[in-house]
Amino acid sequence: MLKSAGRYFMFLGSLFKNRESFKTYISLFFDESVKVGTNSIFLIATVSVFMGAVTTIQTAFNLVSPLIPKYVIAIVVRDMVLLELSPTIIAIIFAGKVGSNIAGELGTMRITEQIDALEVMGINSSSYLVLPKVLATLFMFPALVATSAFLSILGGYLAVSFTDVITPAEYTQGIRYQLNEFMVIFAMIKAVTFAFLVSTISSFMGYYTKGGALEVGQASTSAVTNSVIFILLADYLLAQLLAEYLISF
Amino acid sequence: MIELDNIQKSFGEVTILKGIDATFKPGLVNMIIGASGTGKSVLLKCMVGLEQPTVGSVMYNQRNFSHSTRKEQIEIRKDIGMLFQGAALFDSKTVEENVRFPLDILTNLPLDEKLDKVNQVLDRVGLTDTNYKMPSELSGGMKKRVGIARAIVNNSKYLFCDEPNSGLDPQTSITIDNLIKEITQEYDITTIVVSHDMNSVMEIGDYIMFMHQGLKLWEGSSDQILDSEVDEFNDFVFANNLMRSLKKLKK
Ligand SMILES: Nc1ncnc2c1ncn2[C@@H]1O[C@H](COP(=O)(O)OP(=O)(O)OP(=O)(O)O)[C@@H](O)[C@H]1O
Ligand SMILES: [Mg+2]
Repeated sequence: MLKSAGRYFMFLGSLFKNRESFKTYISLFFDESVKVGTNSIFLIATVSVFMGAVTTIQTAFNLVSPLIPKYVIAIVVRDMVLLELSPTIIAIIFAGKVGSNIAGELGTMRITEQIDALEVMGINSSSYLVLPKVLATLFMFPALVATSAFLSILGGYLAVSFTDVITPAEYTQGIRYQLNEFMVIFAMIKAVTFAFLVSTISSFMGYYTKGGALEVGQASTSAVTNSVIFILLADYLLAQLLAEYLISF
Repeated sequence: MIELDNIQKSFGEVTILKGIDATFKPGLVNMIIGASGTGKSVLLKCMVGLEQPTVGSVMYNQRNFSHSTRKEQIEIRKDIGMLFQGAALFDSKTVEENVRFPLDILTNLPLDEKLDKVNQVLDRVGLTDTNYKMPSELSGGMKKRVGIARAIVNNSKYLFCDEPNSGLDPQTSITIDNLIKEITQEYDITTIVVSHDMNSVMEIGDYIMFMHQGLKLWEGSSDQILDSEVDEFNDFVFANNLMRSLKKLKK
């Protein structure tokens, strides 16, 4: 365990050693960004709309009290989406989709000696292959989280339009009610953290694959498992930090 | 010319290579043969720098490759081409992009000059008009050809091949073997081929080195094989019916 942690940090270090020219990375970065986005956008969009709709309806059914104004339901939905659902749930889905992709791709390159082929040409393969993936994920995932938050809130709006738990007007009022900007910043902090975890852990698992096709499959699976564990761990730590930060105000 | 000076390699407690000296000359197909698990691939990896030898050094034309700075290594690497066992083509790139790749990385040539070179080597390996195919659309033999083209496109002086005809039918094997031989002579390349196929050895081997459990037990030309006195080598060579008949014939 400690040994893998050490190897993981050495791996991170190797991404920045003996890099290729800046120009090489630019085109790789764009290719990877497109791949990351197109790979996950459909799934993330679908999940987000439903997540928002379901959260809204369930909150509405649980908050039936004449003392609480209806628009509070929308506030609860908004805060849940921004603080937890969009960054964390989407990160877990992202790990399953993009993380396993990254590990599978690098694992296949390893066992078919494509990584050796790069090394023989004098390329630092970890930096050449992994750095663009990490940067593309850091760049794309916050955008995906923002999209997801928007779509979740839209999903909630659709839900209230089709049912009569609260009126769309009350819903919109709640969504707009005293939005704390820090929550948006905090969602982005989470997004960047999770993006870093998913991309580096999955790359690490794929890059050091040994054996054959079976091991590539295993690398993909453990990329997802480990990413999810560390996402949740980081989520917990960040939530605690946030709580302390909010109290200090 | 490549010289090996007392190459030893251990993984943890296990010693795989136990001190190997050899000289590989340009314009010749130098073959490293031996049973499975004797460390042929490990030796090849030490030579191209995918593994660092525990003891000893690899010299490329008197330049020490194993003990040099990264910058010096990269200079030497520009002259190295390698054909991998499964060809190791980049599967998200077309044939043309695969072959162009070393030029993109190692040179600053303008695009049209690169494409000229790519087409030239693709012609040379007998693959005209496959530029836009993806590796997944190629047969095993064609992949090997693309692999060879990629290995020599940057005018490599040294060509390494790890089991170039594994997974190929006998006829395709022979054409690939012959291609390697022709290219070696045409461009005066120092070629090193790892194999356990006695057919290839007899067909194209100029210098042959036999490895057994991490040691070099025999070296010589293909004509000298039938006269060898080394038991382990004879066991390896004459495991093959054809080779046994050949020996009887010679007697
Ligand atoms: N990275 C490594 N770590 C530990 N042991 C290794 C490593 N690479 C190779 N070995 C061991 O070294 C020995 C020699 O392996 P090598 O692949 O060189 O054999 P080979 O002669 O090429 O055999 P084959 O003809 O089957 O390809 C094997 O026992 C293998 O398990
Ligand atoms: Mg081998």
